[in-house]
Amino acid sequence: MRAGRRLIGFSLALVLAAGPTAGGDLRDLYFGEALYHAFQGRYFDALQRLDTEVALHRGLDQPELDTLHYHINDAEFSVGDFELNYRMHHRAGRAIKAVLEGAVDESVRNEAAFRLARIHFQKDQLDDAQNALGRIHGVVPVEIRDDVEFLRANIDMATGRPGDAVKVLQQVHSDESLTGFVAYNLGIALFEDGRNREAIEQLDKAGRLPATDGAGLAIRDKSNLVLGSMLFESGDFERAKQSLDRVRLEGPFSNQALLRAGWAEESAQQYDRALVPWNILVEREPTDAAVQEAMLAVPHAYASLNLHGRAAIMYGRALEQFTKQIEKVNASIGSIREGRFLKALIREESRQDETWVIRLRTLPDAPETYYLMELMASHDFQTALHNYLDLEDLQSRLKAWQTSLDSFDDMIKLRSQNYEPLLPEVDAQFRDLDSRIRLRLEQRKHLNERLQSMLTAPRPEYLATAEERSALERIALIMKRLGDADDPESLALRERANHLRGLLTWRLETEYHERLTAAYVHLNELNAQVDALTKQYDAFVRTRQAATHSYVGYDVQIARLRERVGDALQRVEILMARQGHMIETVAINQLDVRRERLVAQQNQARYGVADSYDRAARTQSGGEGR
Amino acid sequence: MTRRNRITKTCKPILAARAIALVLLLCLGSIHGWSQQNNQQQQNNQQQQMRGLDEQVQEIKSDVLGIAAELNQLEEKLLYPSGTQVAIFVALAKGDQMRLDAVRLQIDGQLVAHYIYSFKELEALRKGGVQRIYVGNVATGDHKLEVVVDGKLEGGADFSRTERFTIRKEVKPKLVGLTLSGTGNTPIALGEW
Repeated sequence: MRAGRRLIGFSLALVLAAGPTAGGDLRDLYFGEALYHAFQGRYFDALQRLDTEVALHRGLDQPELDTLHYHINDAEFSVGDFELNYRMHHRAGRAIKAVLEGAVDESVRNEAAFRLARIHFQKDQLDDAQNALGRIHGVVPVEIRDDVEFLRANIDMATGRPGDAVKVLQQVHSDESLTGFVAYNLGIALFEDGRNREAIEQLDKAGRLPATDGAGLAIRDKSNLVLGSMLFESGDFERAKQSLDRVRLEGPFSNQALLRAGWAEESAQQYDRALVPWNILVEREPTDAAVQEAMLAVPHAYASLNLHGRAAIMYGRALEQFTKQIEKVNASIGSIREGRFLKALIREESRQDETWVIRLRTLPDAPETYYLMELMASHDFQTALHNYLDLEDLQSRLKAWQTSLDSFDDMIKLRSQNYEPLLPEVDAQFRDLDSRIRLRLEQRKHLNERLQSMLTAPRPEYLATAEERSALERIALIMKRLGDADDPESLALRERANHLRGLLTWRLETEYHERLTAAYVHLNELNAQVDALTKQYDAFVRTRQAATHSYVGYDVQIARLRERVGDALQRVEILMARQGHMIETVAINQLDVRRERLVAQQNQARYGVADSYDRAARTQSGGEGR
Repeated sequence: MTRRNRITKTCKPILAARAIALVLLLCLGSIHGWSQQNNQQQQNNQQQQMRGLDEQVQEIKSDVLGIAAELNQLEEKLLYPSGTQVAIFVALAKGDQMRLDAVRLQIDGQLVAHYIYSFKELEALRKGGVQRIYVGNVATGDHKLEVVVDGKLEGGADFSRTERFTIRKEVKPKLVGLTLSGTGNTPIALGEW
């Protein structure tokens, strides 16, 4: 099923859109296992499994007999998807190019071209992205048809052709999962194309679309926030406010919406109404930039209402809060310089769910993580952070493998100690048994040949019993002793011997067919015994080989692997140090900027306190004077 | 306080469908002016360094995956040679919404696996993933496999089933797939590869 290929690979938090081979459709269990890892976001494990399976499949003489044959197209795409999600763009690109250049049908090639375009787009290689899309001809799988057009529009936008993007997006009538994004992007494309009125109408539509999932609700909020901002800029404060009011109070854009809703009211000189959203906002997380801005906005509104005493108190609170926040930022910077930030990021218990970044901020006594959300707003920081986490994961894997290799060594040594003294005796016994078995098998073969020949040339004497053979031999001996004697006694004896021989020959001749049938029956019975013996023999040979294979021939491979693991670990540790340093630098730079802003806000608050007290005093003295 | 440039230009289009809210926040960052005050030159240098490091990280990932593949093969040869290898997989029937809590496996009366599922693992199974719950060694021939499944049905009722199967181990590795269903006629279906 193609639905499984719909991994959306544009951003950091990507999920498989749908299960490709749920339940009964799955023919290859190991492919299913790779998906099981991928669905949990464990892309290293997924890749490790699927790489091995695909390599084994390709190495087969008759791959069509392999169970992966039924999923090979999905599997090859999935390798690229997993690599993309594991932030291995180079390999992902190569994997998809391989599909593109292989002997595949048109729809598969088109899907590969789409994926390649998406990778190029992510890497900001817009020309390459466009070229890859240009390779799409003919049948496009229905599952990706909208995604292709959506990407085409994004490329148009990124290359400064919003008009083309508008044309493309207007033709996309996607399913629910993409509707909100298409509607929002169309609004932005119209705006970029200078069609402001249409842009506002479109964003208004996007802001009213029904949504149920987190992403749908978020994009609807985003549409309303942007629309509110545009209306605000154009001076339509009432409509701006209506749009901003549609943003959910608990969503990721709530703080920004509350802040702007307040500004919309303020611009319409509705200061008392501006206080409603701002007063909600100031009670929220004080490290948030919108909350901090609201701390100054609230006293500003009170001052505008000529409530200078109240304004002075609120400026005082803001001053206090900014001073606290500056201390926090300083503590964060200090803590980062001491290396505690990186340690906090790699805490295993912190990363058990998707909200770990948000929860980190609330860790007690961990100033290094207070401003993490703001840091996450930087793409550079995100890239660096994810690389660091990946490196940390690789490091722990490599260390575990070093231990595994030591265990393998021990295991091999123990097996060697166990088998080495036993095997010579086992081998000697086996050789003895082997020669006896071979002898019996040879005898059986001889008997079989003899019976076969008797079908064309009957030999009754071959079917004589042991007693009959003995009797015939004794008669022959008697005849030999009698020789040519012709005395009456010898003649009588010879006659009796001839008579006895005749009797035996008569019996052998007349019972020949019954005896031959019985011989065949017995030989067949022997076949069953021989088969059981052969199986036992083969099992022994396999076990004997397995014993040797369990400890012989691993030294070189283990030594090579140990060297590779050691080398990789060294490289990982160097890279981790560099990446860690980079994260700390980016974080400190961001926090420095944040501190500058807080200092400016602190000054504004300080001035506000003084100014408000001054005005309050003047108002009071004016009142007294009257 | 004067109204400053609180609202700058509108945000760029969202470049991806179905991206989660955190990613959307990135875009929000650009609405804010404060992050743009960073020194441009410094940012460019950082970006270049970041990209260089990113390339190196991709390379090391590739190398480590190569090591993992070889190590896997070695491990399989050493611990589970094909002559005795048996691997048991668990999948949920397509569309089944049972909440799988635990699976217990016994081979020839010996407990070999007792797995309790996390939310993420259950979701992965529901989406069509297959879990390799057990890999071990058995001799060639017939073996008794007992499977005990505990969970809850969509309506909230307890679900507990025990099934016993006989599996035949040949010379090649034995793969056993167990498909679990809370609603179907066959709560535990066995498939052999």
